[in-house]
Amino acid sequence: MPKYDKITLERLIEGELKWEELKPIISGDKDADRFDRILEVLQEKVPWEEKIILPLHEHLHIVAKDGNRIVKCDCGYEFGEYTENWKKKSRIRVRDKIEEIEELYPKDMGCDPEWMEIREYYCPGCFALLEAESVPPGYPLVFNFLPEIDVFYDEWLGKKAPDR
Amino acid sequence: MDKKEIGWDGKSLIEMYEESERLINETGKYYGTDILSLKKKNPFRYERSYASLRGALVSARETALHIAASPIVKEIGELCFALYTPEGDSIVVSTGILVHVHTMSEAIKFMIQQDYEDDPGINPGDIFLNNDPECGNVHTTDVQTIIPIFWRDELIGWAGGVTHQIDTGGITPGHDLVAAIQRFDDGVYYTCRKIGSNDKIWKDHMINARRSVRTPLYWELDEKCRLAGNLMIRDAVLDFIEKEGIDYYKQFIREAIEEGRRIVLKRVKERLIPGRYRAASFFDVPFKKEAWQPKAKVDKVTNEPIEIIIDKDGGLSIDFDGASGPGPNPMNCGKGAMEGGQWVLLTQILIYGDKVNDGAYFAVEKNYPLGTWCNPGDPYLSYQSPWGNLIPAYTGMMKCLSFGLFSRGYREEVVPGYGFTGDAIQGGGIYSSGPLKGDRWALSTFEISGQGLGASAVRDGLDWGYAMWNPESDLGDVETWELFQGGVPYLSRKVKPNTAGHGKYRGGANYAGVAMIANSEDVDFFGAREGMVFHGSGGMHGGYPHGTGYRLIAKNTNFKEIIDNQEEYPLGDPDPSNGEFERLLKGDIIRKPYSSIYPVTLENYDLIHFALSGGPGYGDPLERRLESVKKDLDNGIYTADLVYNVYGVKAEYDEQEKTWSIDENKTIQRREELIKERKEKSLTYEEFWRYERDKITENKLSEPVRRMISESINLSDKWKKLFIEYWELPEDFNLEVN
Repeated sequence: MPKYDKITLERLIEGELKWEELKPIISGDKDADRFDRILEVLQEKVPWEEKIILPLHEHLHIVAKDGNRIVKCDCGYEFGEYTENWKKKSRIRVRDKIEEIEELYPKDMGCDPEWMEIREYYCPGCFALLEAESVPPGYPLVFNFLPEIDVFYDEWLGKKAPDR
Repeated sequence: MDKKEIGWDGKSLIEMYEESERLINETGKYYGTDILSLKKKNPFRYERSYASLRGALVSARETALHIAASPIVKEIGELCFALYTPEGDSIVVSTGILVHVHTMSEAIKFMIQQDYEDDPGINPGDIFLNNDPECGNVHTTDVQTIIPIFWRDELIGWAGGVTHQIDTGGITPGHDLVAAIQRFDDGVYYTCRKIGSNDKIWKDHMINARRSVRTPLYWELDEKCRLAGNLMIRDAVLDFIEKEGIDYYKQFIREAIEEGRRIVLKRVKERLIPGRYRAASFFDVPFKKEAWQPKAKVDKVTNEPIEIIIDKDGGLSIDFDGASGPGPNPMNCGKGAMEGGQWVLLTQILIYGDKVNDGAYFAVEKNYPLGTWCNPGDPYLSYQSPWGNLIPAYTGMMKCLSFGLFSRGYREEVVPGYGFTGDAIQGGGIYSSGPLKGDRWALSTFEISGQGLGASAVRDGLDWGYAMWNPESDLGDVETWELFQGGVPYLSRKVKPNTAGHGKYRGGANYAGVAMIANSEDVDFFGAREGMVFHGSGGMHGGYPHGTGYRLIAKNTNFKEIIDNQEEYPLGDPDPSNGEFERLLKGDIIRKPYSSIYPVTLENYDLIHFALSGGPGYGDPLERRLESVKKDLDNGIYTADLVYNVYGVKAEYDEQEKTWSIDENKTIQRREELIKERKEKSLTYEEFWRYERDKITENKLSEPVRRMISESINLSDKWKKLFIEYWELPEDFNLEVN
């Protein structure tokens, strides 16, 4: 069973590993302690104190705060309870005109806005692009992932979540 | 005369099948297997047994494709074999186009349920053929040969092989027929038909088959290929039993599948997070103007929502509730197609490298709602190209599992999706002169095996190298394609800019080709790919979907003059708004914003352009490293205008050095401008909600979108509730569609 040191995992997160280094990590057995190690690395990276319970996204984390579990961006912006779709607390740009789509794609290589639009969800704090969702106009927001945090900690990891 | 049952211990095959179903339902374990006692008692013998059977299957495949296969099978390995239990559950598989391992399982189960044991009988040396998507297949062009394996008087399993044919005699030449709208358009159907005995294919079958398709030579070669592989597998299994004993074999196959099931659960708990996952994928059917048949003249977006629940035990359930209805088009999916697609992706994401078998099938609960595109329940529809819905729909599964992999820390395993294995230019014609005059050639390039893979959370996606249905995808050599599609010589094959999905890590890129019609008559041409909508469920965590397909054809050209005068000719379509076709050719340049077209007739010196697909991106493009952007520009992956618009990178081209350089100061400035634009052009959620809701209530939705919403509302109470509650619409809300 492999184990990777902190520097390797930091470089993995930063996308700095060369293919010769990354390939064995992809092909080999997985390191069972990865979750805990990644949590440590992420906790050191963020500029705030709240304990990360679960990494949710490239920029978003589920953290413990005042007895609640909220979604928080790297930049510190707080999206509220993780059981609510964080997209509802984001800023949203709708690209539903051909000229807005052709800023991103050549002619005929983007969607037709009559058939589909692009919704860009930004963090209201740092304006990082968090999701670019392509759906037909009028489609409800997609709530991508609702984790069962306590089942994960209690029954899969065999320990209590950091806030329990 | 008393009939002798062929099952174990005097049972009939149906009794064995029913017992197997009862045991899995009652215990949750394959054949009620509680302890893997063979593995526990002697793990070396157990692992050696699995490896030897698997080796026999791989060997059979490699040998068979080299001795008797058609070019399409030999060149890119459109072939796989599997060994099944008497009840039709796969034990071990070969390499190759693994999407079909579970499809053949469904075909065997169909034969059992229809009591083939009684009539037409299942005897040693019998040969069965199937290509019916309603009875365990993907589409009619995938043809399966299945033989029973007997040890003395008992059926101890089945060997099955499948190949992909270039043509099966459908409404038009080709293998994914855009123009098929009913079963009777799909080509020749063999519904689990007995076609031989005593290890010999019956002559009357071969005469019939050769006269039913446009490429009889390839059909016959592949029939022999599949049978040869199956016979090799049968010999290997009988050798195995001679060596290990029949009792060991019988117990081993149960344990191997149960171990496969447990591996899925273990991998889920090892790599994912329990919870609820959702994604939405789509495909376009732009046939209002294209279709020949009046009832097929419909523009439609297909809704392919997916919900995955991972429970506390690591069990997976996959639900397509809310899916659109089927239609008079070839994209309808039978159970075999859905199971095959799901199985092949799970083997790539979770259970690669170990006991790859139907244990994965038993580990997953699924719901394909009756009356939808993924379970139409109507054998008379066309199932000729279910890939149109299947391929985008399962990007949703990849994306859902990627959310879990990301949260668990395995960022290197994240893949939000893949390119559509489309723009398979298809059709055919007849040689008009030369030694092959009068012979038919088939246009059926399988370069589609090399699509862009999505980016991961730590690196860019694989360029031109992925097909979801074949873990060993290989686009093959162009020279081979040119051999059997000799009426369409290539003029070019080169990287097409801007195919890769944008992102911090970009999706895989791809290339495009230009070909001309030559030395032919009676030429049909068509193709299929997404065009009006992005493929599948798009990118992840800020990454964008990859570019869509479109159609470009030149007819009535002056290309003969261009050749005679040795003038410049188009090598691609790098900038569709300033086309090389328009600049360098005289004639009718036809562009369509969608890619799926009904067959058109072409003449010599007409030109066709086809573009393969990129993959979706990952992460915010403004976070992409500048050296990566420079590399993209140098390699022609992106053009400078899009790099400026999307990545906020200002670059200049050095004509002398033939390389790009990035102006870092102007790039910083440009990225600040784009952040400012994000602030200015974005809405609060409440503003967004009102803006989108108005599109519904003020009749601003287009006809294909209205049709999609209406179908999902009418087919699913759950989806209707979700839609109505989300937009706060009246309970009796519906949308009128012409």
